[in-house]
Amino acid sequence: MSHKIAVQVDDLTVAYNYKPVLWDIDLEIPEGVLMAIVGPNGAGKSTLIKSILGILKPIAGSVSIYGKSYEKQRSLVAYVPQKGSVDWDFPTTALDVVLMGTYGSLGWIKRPKQKQKKAALEALEKVGMLPFKNRQISQLSGGQQQRIFLARALVQDASIYFMDEPFQGVDATTEIAIINILKELRKAGKTVIVVHHDLQTVPEYFDWVTFLNVKKIATGPVKDIFNDDNLTKTYGINYKVSIQE
Amino acid sequence: MTIQEYFSLVFSDYTLRTITLGTTILGAVTGMLGSFAVLRKQSLLGDAISHAALPGIAIAFLITGAKDSNTLLLGALVSGLIGTFWIRGIITKTHLKSDTALGLILSLFFGFGMLLLTFIQKQPNANQAGLDKYLFGQAATLVESDVWMMVIVTGICLFVLLLFWKEFKILLFDKDYAKTLGFNTKTIDILITSFIVLAIVLGLQTVGVVLMSAMLLAPAAAARQWTNSLATMVFLAAIFGAFSGVFGTAISASQNNLSTGPVIVLVAAVFVFISFVFSPSRGLLFKQIRFIKNRRDLQLHKTLSFMYDIAITHDNISHPHEIKILNNFQGYTKGTLKKLVEKNYVTLDGSTWSLTNEGFESALNLYNQLTKNDE
Ligand SMILES: Nc1ncnc2c1ncn2[C@@H]1O[C@H](COP(=O)(O)OP(=O)(O)OP(=O)(O)O)[C@@H](O)[C@H]1O
Ligand SMILES: [Mg+2]
Repeated sequence: MSHKIAVQVDDLTVAYNYKPVLWDIDLEIPEGVLMAIVGPNGAGKSTLIKSILGILKPIAGSVSIYGKSYEKQRSLVAYVPQKGSVDWDFPTTALDVVLMGTYGSLGWIKRPKQKQKKAALEALEKVGMLPFKNRQISQLSGGQQQRIFLARALVQDASIYFMDEPFQGVDATTEIAIINILKELRKAGKTVIVVHHDLQTVPEYFDWVTFLNVKKIATGPVKDIFNDDNLTKTYGINYKVSIQE
Repeated sequence: MTIQEYFSLVFSDYTLRTITLGTTILGAVTGMLGSFAVLRKQSLLGDAISHAALPGIAIAFLITGAKDSNTLLLGALVSGLIGTFWIRGIITKTHLKSDTALGLILSLFFGFGMLLLTFIQKQPNANQAGLDKYLFGQAATLVESDVWMMVIVTGICLFVLLLFWKEFKILLFDKDYAKTLGFNTKTIDILITSFIVLAIVLGLQTVGVVLMSAMLLAPAAAARQWTNSLATMVFLAAIFGAFSGVFGTAISASQNNLSTGPVIVLVAAVFVFISFVFSPSRGLLFKQIRFIKNRRDLQLHKTLSFMYDIAITHDNISHPHEIKILNNFQGYTKGTLKKLVEKNYVTLDGSTWSLTNEGFESALNLYNQLTKNDE
């Protein structure tokens, strides 16, 4: 693995109102890792991702993607938002949502053409959703909607992927399908950052982990830092996971 | 005048034609833009904007003393825009809930507007009459230049809509994601909102402050029921809006003392009612019919598969079995058995039944369908 830094966060502090929800975060994410961000509800995991992606403006600190600002590097970055952040009753089809992943490279005004459509269909195929391409999105199950979001990010063909709880509400089969796609991305040299809730599967799925609860508790290789000590510091209570070696 | 007389006169009579064209175009453009308000769940926004426009009309009159609609509507546009951007400001700066901000601006501006109107009415000025028509609208005062204004605004609106279609769509569906892709969501947002304000202001003379938001929402809400495509929804909303305009004008012209604005809104409400009840995919009626039909089909399928389970215990699938043994089965009724016979799935012979080849095939199909993925 190379030692290039894909994402660097310095002294990041973010607040919605008065109380900061992220406090003085320093974070270096090496290129090519599959990293989990773990922390309790309200820890600021989504906020961290949104601040890195420029959706939220931090009150202090800076973010860089391969040494430059996000604005300059956005074509290298893809995003899978938390599924509940959109209205799935919106009048549109699965294919149409995936096509939105091509809007960034298209820029203003230009419409998706054959080339973009082909890319979108390939992404749908990859997540096993091709048969549903013309479905109204409200008529998809939660797991299928999650796959559509994943396909939309895949079509962006980025180097760094940020995913906010891609395993939320999916069954075991879909979870395996998704993790296989993520592992494939890592194999292709991409950096994948995933907000994750199931602590049991962290050692199995990920090679890098960041513990977050308003402050950054720890970040590093799973085999070195995924232990009861850090879990307790992050989750407050005396946390015990039995990690099978 | 009867409705028939209206439709025979509408092409030849200047006044009638002007009014009808005006209300039709107005309905189309507000329906079109209303789709965006509905999908952004900003239903109250239209109400707030139209009420916020009232003081602008009064102030424009006080300053210029003019009564022509273009001057007054310019005032309405300015105060409508001010109100709208105050609402945005309040929401982003103070973290008040959006409906609180909307309600606040609505009542503040409307109250101020009413105050000014009463003040104007007390003035010893011959010119004063007629401002209150902006409260409930008066389509009869539409003149050709008003209609031209509507045509121009609708044209610009359509052009911008087509040009930025993809940007509008992604903003409506997933604003944060649009931002990460590099779209200036604030600009797109301001563009949509400004057009909504413009359409509302255009309608004040015809429909009035109080009912204007219904013109925005009703055609769009009705259109949403019929389609799952954004483009079709916007198109249908424009059509529903236009028809509300035509029929509303026709009805009010044929019933001499009904004012046009409220009738147009009522016609739009009829579209909403019909759509909510009769739309094939989302309507209440078809939902209920589908529910009953599904339940009946399920009953039938359950019985058929139960019979199938019995039939396959024999080498010959059409071997007769006693009807009695079906009594143990919960879903079984005499009615379902009769239905199965009608469909030629089962034949009866005295107290026995036997599965036909057709019945066997269809039961087998059911099994396969259950194990296969849909579509
Ligand atoms: N739009 C907002 N306005 C005000 N406060 C917010 C907003 N969004 C989040 N917060 C607050 O910021 C804190 C962090 O929220 P965030 O969504 O980042 O948590 P999270 O770690 O992603 O939680 P979850 O596991 O529930 O998704 C929470 O206390 C939340 O209440
Ligand atoms: Mg979150």
